[in-house]
Amino acid sequence: MTESTDITLDRSGAAPKSDVVLEVDNLTVEFPTDDGAVQAVRGVSYQLRRGDALGIVGESGSGKSVTSLAVLGLLPKTARVKGSVKLLGEELIGKPEKEYAKLRGNKLAMIFQDPLTSLNPVYTVGYQIAEAILAHHDVSKKAARDRAIDLLKTVGIPFPEQRVDNYPHEMSGGMRQRVVIAIAMANDPDVIIADEPTTALDVTVQAQVLEALEAARNETGAAMVLITHDLGVIAGHADRICVMYAGKLVEKGSIDDVFYRPRMPYSLGLLGSLPRLDESGKDRLTPIVGSPPSLLNLPPGCPFTPRCPLAQDVCEQEEPGLYPTGDPEHVAACHFHERLVGVSSSDLFRPISVDTEDLTAADLAPVDLEGQK
Amino acid sequence: MTAPTSLGKPEPEATKAEPVLSVRNLVKHFPVRSRGLVRRKIGDVHAVCDVSFDLNERETLGLVGESGCGKTTTGRVLLNLVKATSGQVMYQGKDLTKMSASDMRPLRRDLQIVFQDPFASLDPRMTINEIVAEPLRIHGQYGSSEKGRGQVRELLRTVGLNPEHGNRYAHEFSGGQRQRIGIARALALRPKVLVLDEPVSALDVSIQAGVINLLEDLQAELGLSYLFISHDLSVIRHIADRVAVMYLGRIVETAPVEQLFRTAAHPYTQALISAIPLPDPQKERTRKRILLTGDVPSPVNPPSGCRFRSRCPKFANELSEGERQKCVNEVPALVDRGEGHRSACHYAEAMKLI
Repeated sequence: MTESTDITLDRSGAAPKSDVVLEVDNLTVEFPTDDGAVQAVRGVSYQLRRGDALGIVGESGSGKSVTSLAVLGLLPKTARVKGSVKLLGEELIGKPEKEYAKLRGNKLAMIFQDPLTSLNPVYTVGYQIAEAILAHHDVSKKAARDRAIDLLKTVGIPFPEQRVDNYPHEMSGGMRQRVVIAIAMANDPDVIIADEPTTALDVTVQAQVLEALEAARNETGAAMVLITHDLGVIAGHADRICVMYAGKLVEKGSIDDVFYRPRMPYSLGLLGSLPRLDESGKDRLTPIVGSPPSLLNLPPGCPFTPRCPLAQDVCEQEEPGLYPTGDPEHVAACHFHERLVGVSSSDLFRPISVDTEDLTAADLAPVDLEGQK
Repeated sequence: MTAPTSLGKPEPEATKAEPVLSVRNLVKHFPVRSRGLVRRKIGDVHAVCDVSFDLNERETLGLVGESGCGKTTTGRVLLNLVKATSGQVMYQGKDLTKMSASDMRPLRRDLQIVFQDPFASLDPRMTINEIVAEPLRIHGQYGSSEKGRGQVRELLRTVGLNPEHGNRYAHEFSGGQRQRIGIARALALRPKVLVLDEPVSALDVSIQAGVINLLEDLQAELGLSYLFISHDLSVIRHIADRVAVMYLGRIVETAPVEQLFRTAAHPYTQALISAIPLPDPQKERTRKRILLTGDVPSPVNPPSGCRFRSRCPKFANELSEGERQKCVNEVPALVDRGEGHRSACHYAEAMKLI
C-alpha cells in the first residue's frame, strides 16, 4: 500500500546521450494591447537534451508559462512570436496549425496546472486517454483501452480496470492529475512540458503526483520541462534550472550551481526569502523589496535594477547578457556576477518588513560587499 | 475526552500565565441536506471534532493541515463567525460560542481576523482610508475627522505602507500591499488576538517574506497572540511557537515547534513533513520520503477509531492484526509525551525526518 522510497534520482542511464531534443533560441513573445506591446518573453534560449529534466522557476508574471505555451504553439493568434523553437531539428515557429496538431500530444506532450479544466467532464477518463492514442495511432479501440489501463497503472491509480470508466468528477484532484500525466505519456513523447503540475494539490498528494511524473519519465524516456514557482520541487526533480525574471532568463545552470552558488542577485534573493523547513533558526527572512516591473514599455537596463541591492548606474543603462561564470554551463545575467562569489542572501538583502515602494533612500542604499567581508 | 492542559512554552516564565483564549472540545458539524423541496437532513460534515487548545499571550500557535481538514472552520468558529455545534471558546471568562452577535460586538475589538485572499477581502469601491477607518467608525473610535485620519495614517505606517496612498483603491495595490491593508484593518481596534487565515499563501515568495517579517514585528511591538492557520509547514516552522496538526477535523499532534519538527510522533505529521520538498538539492534527493496512498476520506463519513488509519503507513505495514483492532475501535486520545508534546496515535513513535 504505502511505500517508503528513497528519492535518489539516478539519471546516469539517461544522461550520456547528449542529443538535443528541444532547442529554443531567442524566443520573444509580445502581446499587443491598447497601451502598447506587452513583452511577455524577451529572448529566451535553452536546450533540452534527451532524458534531461529542466526546471523553470520564476514569480507570477515572469513569463514562464507563456514561454512554454509558445513552444507548444498554443498562444492566441494576436500574440507575436519570434525566434526559433526546434523539436528534433524541426522548426516549429510558423508551422501551420494542422501540422502542429500532429506533434502535440505525440512528440510534444503537456501537463497543465488544473486537471479539472484540462479534462473533459462529459467523457470517461479511459475515453480521453484512448482519444489521445487514437489521434496519433491507427489502432483498434480495444487496444487503445487496454493501453489506457496500462497507463493508469503506471501512474499509480489503484484498480485501473474499474477507474478507467470513471468520469473526472468521480476522482480526487491527485488522481485527475495522474490521469493527465497518463494522457501526456500515452504516445511516448520526446518532450513533456509540465506547467505547475502540482500547484493546486496538497503536499501529500503532490508527493504522489511527482512520483507518477517520475514514473512517466522513466517509462517514456522523455525529456521534461518542469515549470513551477516551488524551488523545492525543482530541487528534487530537475537536473538543470532556468530562473526567469521579467520575461528573460537571468540565470541558468545545473541544480547544484544555482542552488548553492547563485550568481544573480534575484536568484540569491529568491532563495533567501524562503522560510526553511529544514532550519530551525529564527533568522529573519530577507525579502526582495519592491515588485516585478510591468512588462509594458520596459525601461532600458536590467529589469531587476529597482529591487537590486547591487544596482549601479551601468545597470540602468545596459541590460546584462548571460555571462558565463566559473562553470561554462552556468550563466548569469548580472554585471556584477563576479562579486557574488561566496555571498549569502543575508549579506545582500536586508531583513526588512516595510513595503517597498515607500522606502527611504537609506533603505535602498547599495550594499557594499567588500566592506562587509 | 482529551484532557486539556496548557502546553508549556519553551520559555519558563510563560508557563504560569493564563491563556488568552482557550478552546475546549469544540465541535462543528455542517448538515448535508437531500435534494428536493423538503431538503431533509441526511448527514453531517464533521468539519471540526473535539478540538481543544490554548492560545497564550504573545504566542503564535500554528494550525496546519491539508485542505478540508477543518483549520479554517476552526478559526471562524473561534471568532463566532460560524456557530459552534458544541464546545467552548473561553475568552476573559466568557464563552464566546454562547454569545449573540450584539454581545460579541464589544469583544470583536479584541479578536480580529486576516483573510487569505487579499483580492476578495477588500471592498473594491472603498478607498484604503475608508477600509481601514471602517472598524474605527463601527466601534465609535473614529472621533473627529482629524483624529480619525491621524489614526488611519498611523495604521498604514505601522504595516509599512505609505499613508500618502490612502486615497487609492484596492486594485491599485499589489498582492503583498493588499495583504498589508487587510492587516492594518485588523489592527485598527488594537486587538489582542489575531486569527491569520493563510495570510501569505496567495503571495509570491519574495513578497511573502516581507509580510512574515511584518507579522513578527507587530507581534513583538503590540504584544499580539496569533492563531496562524496555514498549509505551509515551512512558514509555520519559521513563525510559530507551538504547532497543532489537524487531520480530518481532529488535532492529531501538538508540540512546541522545534519538537514537532525534530521528533514528530504521529504518522500523519511524519508523512506531512517528509512530503514537503526542500529547496536544497542534496538534502532533497537523499532524504527518506513517506508516501501516503489515497486521499483524505470524506468528512461526512469519517473512518471509525483513528481517522488516519485508512492512509496510515504504520497501520498498513507494521501493525499486527490485534494492534490494528485498537485503531479501528478506539479513538486515540491526545496523550502527552512530555514537554507539552502530545500526539493522538496508539502507536506513536518519534522519527527524525529532516
